[in-house]
Amino acid sequence: MKSEFNFLNRDIVSIKGFSREEIDCILEVARSIEHIAEKGSDMLRGKVLAELFFEPSTRTMLSFQTAMYKLGGNVIGFAEPGVSSVWKGETLADTVRVVEKYSDIIVLRHPLEGSARFAAEYAQVPVINAGSGAEEHPTQALLDLYTILKAKGRIDGLDIALMGDLRYGRTVHSLAYALSLYNVKLSMVSPGLLRMRSEVLRDIRSRIDVIEYRDIEEILPELDVLYVTRIQKERFPDLGEYEKVRGTFAVNLKLLRSAKNDLIVLHPLPRLDEIAVEVDATPFAKYFEQARNGVVVRMALLALILGAIKKQ
Amino acid sequence: MSPGSLRVSKIRNGTVIDHITKGHALDVIKILGINGRSGGTVTIAMNVQSSKLGVKDIVKIEGRELNSEEVDKIALIAPHATINIIRNFRVAEKLTVKLPSVIRGIVKCIKPSCISNDSSEPIRSIFYLEEADPLKLRCHYCNNIMEEKDILQQF
Ligand SMILES: Nc1ncnc2c1ncn2[C@@H]1O[C@H](COP(=O)(O)OP(=O)(O)OP(=O)(O)O)[C@@H](O)[C@H]1O
Ligand SMILES: [Mg+2]
Ligand SMILES: [Zn+2]
Repeated sequence: MKSEFNFLNRDIVSIKGFSREEIDCILEVARSIEHIAEKGSDMLRGKVLAELFFEPSTRTMLSFQTAMYKLGGNVIGFAEPGVSSVWKGETLADTVRVVEKYSDIIVLRHPLEGSARFAAEYAQVPVINAGSGAEEHPTQALLDLYTILKAKGRIDGLDIALMGDLRYGRTVHSLAYALSLYNVKLSMVSPGLLRMRSEVLRDIRSRIDVIEYRDIEEILPELDVLYVTRIQKERFPDLGEYEKVRGTFAVNLKLLRSAKNDLIVLHPLPRLDEIAVEVDATPFAKYFEQARNGVVVRMALLALILGAIKKQ
Repeated sequence: MSPGSLRVSKIRNGTVIDHITKGHALDVIKILGINGRSGGTVTIAMNVQSSKLGVKDIVKIEGRELNSEEVDKIALIAPHATINIIRNFRVAEKLTVKLPSVIRGIVKCIKPSCISNDSSEPIRSIFYLEEADPLKLRCHYCNNIMEEKDILQQF
C-alpha cells in the first residue's frame, strides 16, 4: 500500500505536524539528492526564498541560503540588525503579507512562541519555522535524524542519549519529539536545574520509555548516539554550581574510552567546551557532518514544498 | 407561587441561566458580552439557596435566546449551569452546558512570550480542550497547557 504525501506548499511550523512516514519520506528525498548538494542544480530557478530573522542565528540562516542557492534559487531577507531600522513598528502579520509578494517561501526566526504558526496563518506562501521562542526548531530535528540515519543506517533500535541543557534548548525539544516516533531507547542526561520540561516528557512518554539521569558515565558504554547541547553559565544562580556541572557534562577522550567504537557524538553547534577539541579528529565526531546534512535536508524540504520534487 | 419565591418579575421571552457556580454570575455576564447598554432587562441573583449546589447564582436575560456557541462558553466557568430558554413565560427548552473542543478569544495564554499576547498583532487566542475535569486548555500558538486555576483567575 502506498500512502499519500502532500508536501506541496506545506508550512513547516512544528515537528509535531509530521507523521513518521512523512519524516521517513523527507529523509529519503534528502538521501536521493546528496549528489545535487555536491554539484548544484537549477530545480528552483526563478524562485525566491525570504529569510525573516527577527533574532540572530547565523548558522541556520546560512544553511537555508546555501540550500536555496544549491537548487538554483535566490534569497532575500534580513537578519536582526536590519529589523530595528526597517521593520520596526510593523506587525509580523503585515511584514509577512508584504514579503510574500516578493517571494515564494518564507523562512522565519522569531523570539515569540507560536510566531511561525501565526505567520503561516497570514501568509499565502509556505512558511518554514527556523526557530520560534524556546519552543521549536523543526528543521534542526530533521537534520539530526538524517545525520543519525546516515551514520547508522537506521534509527529504530538505537540507544540514544540527549545530554546538557534539556530545559531551554529548543533543538532538543523538537528532536526528542521526533525520536519518539521511532522505536528507540531514549535517555535524558542533565543537571537537575536543566531537566527536560515535564510537558515534553509527558508527550514523549505516551509513545516510548524515557529514563532521566544526572550523569552520563553509567550509560555511556551502551550508547549508539550521544547528542550534546551547550550548558549556559547564565542558567545557574552561582558560578560554583556551574563549574561543577561543567565538569560532569564535558565530553572528552577520557570519557569516550568506555564508549562503543561506533558511537556517534552530535551537537547542534556552536559549542563552547562541552566537547573537547581532541574529540574532533576521532570517528565519534559527527557534528560538522551535521552542519553539512542540514543543507541537504533543507534542500529536500525546499524542493518538496516548492514542487520541484514530487513524492506520493 | 408562594410569596417571595421569585423575586423578580417573570420574563416573557429570553434566557435563564440557572445553577451558576457561586460567585461567577458576573463572569457569565462578561462572557456573553452584556454591558447593559443595549437589549432588554438583565437580572442577576447571587447566593441563591439551591438544593443541588447549596448556593448558586442565576442570570436572567430578557429578549435574548442564547445560541449554542454562547452556551458552550459558559461551561468554562460554570460547568453545572442549566440554560432555560423562556418563550411566552414558560420554559420552552432546557440545555445543559458542554465544554467546546475549541475555545476562541475568551481566555488568554499565560505564557508572556506567546505571540497571542502580542497586542499589536491582529490575533485572537485559540485553545483546545485537553481535559475537562480538572479543566486544561492547550494554546494553539505556543502549545502551552493552561491549568484550571490559571483559567478561572482570568474572569
Ligand atoms: N418566565 C420566567 N421568568 C423568569 N424566570 C423563570 C421563568 N420561568 C422559569 N424561570 C426560572 O428558570 C429556572 C428553571 O425553571 P424550571 O421551572 O425548569 O425550574 P426547575 O424545575 O427547578 O429546573 P431545574 O431542574 O433546572 O432546577 C428557575 O430558576 C425558574 O425560576
Ligand atoms: Mg431548580
Ligand atoms: Zn500560548
